[in-house]
Amino acid sequence: MRVPGSIKTVLYIEILLPMLLLVFGVYHGLLQVLYRAGFIKELSFLKIEYYQGLTLHAVINAIVFTTVLIVAFGNLMFLYHLKKPLRPAVQWTGAILMVVGTLMAAWAMFTGKANVLYTFYPPLLAHWSFYLGAALLAVGSLVPFFFDWIPNYISWKRENPDKKVPLAVYGVFINHILWLIMLVPLVIEIFFQLLPLSLGLVSEINPSLARTLFWAFGHPVVYFWLLPAYVMLYTVLPKVVTGEGKLYSDGAARLAFILFLIFSFPVGLHHQYTEPSITDSYKLIHAIFTFGVAVPSFITAFTVASSLEYSIKSKYPEVRDSLFAWWKKIPYASTEGDKWLVSYFMAGLFLFLIGGITGIVNASYNMNNVVHNTSWVPAHFHTTVGGLVTLVFLGMALYFLAQLKGTEVKAKGLAVAAPWLWLVGMVIFNVGYSIAGLMGYPRRTQTGATGSYFDPSSPYYMPDWHFYAVLGAIGGAIATLGFVLYLVSFVSTLLAPAKEDAELYIPSAEPYHDEKMPSLQKLTPWVAFSVILFVVSYIPPLYDVTKRGVFFDSPGYNDKSPIPITKPQSARDERKETAEAK
Amino acid sequence: MDRAEKFALKVTLVLLGVFTGLLVYAAKGLNIDVPTCITDVEPFTEGRLIQHAEDRYELHLLAKMWYFEPGEIEIPAGSVVDIYLTSADVIHGIKIVGTNVNLMAIPGAVAYARYKFDKPGEYLIVCHEYCGIGHQNMAGKLIVKPTTTAGR
Repeated sequence: MRVPGSIKTVLYIEILLPMLLLVFGVYHGLLQVLYRAGFIKELSFLKIEYYQGLTLHAVINAIVFTTVLIVAFGNLMFLYHLKKPLRPAVQWTGAILMVVGTLMAAWAMFTGKANVLYTFYPPLLAHWSFYLGAALLAVGSLVPFFFDWIPNYISWKRENPDKKVPLAVYGVFINHILWLIMLVPLVIEIFFQLLPLSLGLVSEINPSLARTLFWAFGHPVVYFWLLPAYVMLYTVLPKVVTGEGKLYSDGAARLAFILFLIFSFPVGLHHQYTEPSITDSYKLIHAIFTFGVAVPSFITAFTVASSLEYSIKSKYPEVRDSLFAWWKKIPYASTEGDKWLVSYFMAGLFLFLIGGITGIVNASYNMNNVVHNTSWVPAHFHTTVGGLVTLVFLGMALYFLAQLKGTEVKAKGLAVAAPWLWLVGMVIFNVGYSIAGLMGYPRRTQTGATGSYFDPSSPYYMPDWHFYAVLGAIGGAIATLGFVLYLVSFVSTLLAPAKEDAELYIPSAEPYHDEKMPSLQKLTPWVAFSVILFVVSYIPPLYDVTKRGVFFDSPGYNDKSPIPITKPQSARDERKETAEAK
Repeated sequence: MDRAEKFALKVTLVLLGVFTGLLVYAAKGLNIDVPTCITDVEPFTEGRLIQHAEDRYELHLLAKMWYFEPGEIEIPAGSVVDIYLTSADVIHGIKIVGTNVNLMAIPGAVAYARYKFDKPGEYLIVCHEYCGIGHQNMAGKLIVKPTTTAGR
């Protein structure tokens, strides 16, 4: 189908902006591993401080890159599969909000006014434009959902009462419902705690409450990143692997999406196991739910593997009776047609296998004591969000760029080599940081400077960790090289002449097993159930953290000066004193 | 759902069921638990080590931008230490390297862990939660001195 010009421009913005920023994100990722291995001994490099670079790396890669590309993917899926036009006014509003929000946050980060990392735990404070920018980015990402996707979804359902919504649309739609729900606690944190504090409207906040609200968003968000990748694994991968492959089971795919909708929310406390304000039995309940959310991932693993097996066996009769020989027929590194995409999916899946296992360790309640806040944790999420999610997003961004331009992917050989180099780099990085993490090596720490763990004259010298930190740096450098290869292919495709009559085509596998499962077609009851479960699972912890008062306990601190930027004593003490004086 | 699919789903549920069972057993049966909500201890403003008996200590550890108070702690081997941790400003964290003591220091709240230090040596205490520009220098030391057999 043809994409109208104005929508095409929006889609270009939504693909190119995250890509441009990702260049900075990856660069700071490379600097991270170099600092941490002690190769850079200064506190800053090219005028960007360590923690500033860490903030840029995390916020760009995990928030901006993902959110904007997910909106672009959603737009493409709705446009292509429902064959209903997108409204230019809506699309432009959404895109402009996202761009403005990103620029506001980027300004704060690049000028060093927001060195608060991805988690921005208060009372550590950033400039208000950082928080407001994040909020605008989120609002912008919801505009297409509310004013394009929901109306198009409803009118499609009305016109096709007996048909199931296309699987890709179903998955993307559920993913944005997840996004809408998880933004509620984040918006409360930003508008009732962070913005008032950074604008000086309140003098202190409750950091335990802020952490609880943050993690009510901060874990579900990983499923927001993951689900678009799953949509691609279900619909695109089986089709392109042989050119005519099928999805093993449509029902299983939909069930997996519904399970994510239910289990994504009552899990946030597994990030807060080691903190005091919350009763441990609630933590245990969230731990068990966290295991529950592994179920849809297991279903996905099975369905994707069986889809590959089915598709390959029906194409190549010689491996039909084999148990494992069909693995050899997967086009791991083929430049033929769309098969180059398979390399992104397969490399991503291998990394995700490691990510899944290490994730279960993190979720395992008391086992978390060993790894909490050690370098084990970044090792884990660089194989999930830095593995499957990133690789599938990179592959699809390149695919859609070529589609929109109406050209073939350029420098395809490099594009195919890129995910495998990325995989090798990430595995090495993962091994180094996982082992160092088990030895106690902390995360988010600059270790090159004088007095740190790798300075022999320091009283805190830890030579045992050094080898693994160097391993991390080697892995990071290899992964960066993979990204550079990708970038060459991406830029060459971008510079290729565009065809005016470019046709959009998104590969989509037909299901082999196609069960009706009518209960999964009506989304409203599932959404209601999910929200109720979310609220119920958070009432006890929220009660715990607000026992000492909702807005009290700690005045705000600027990153660079360890002096409270508001009153030196808490407002509560002051009130007490004035009461006593009277 | 076909047979293979049902089988895969069953394996998944059994596997996660076993994991959950082991986890609950370790937490409640073996008492390997995570910090819980402490409301009966007020956050303290100075760090100190209090000796209650020959081998029983109470450690009030205060995390501040960007040091620990006390910065160096000495105890004899075999001591049981009740560790209380709070923060005077922003969110910090501690990992006592070589042990499973791993806590978040949150202003306005007190985290607690108990650990028996049997092995003599120097235990590094690192801040493992980003707390500002001096975060990488925030560390402390817990020295476990070997006990002489004559004293026993």
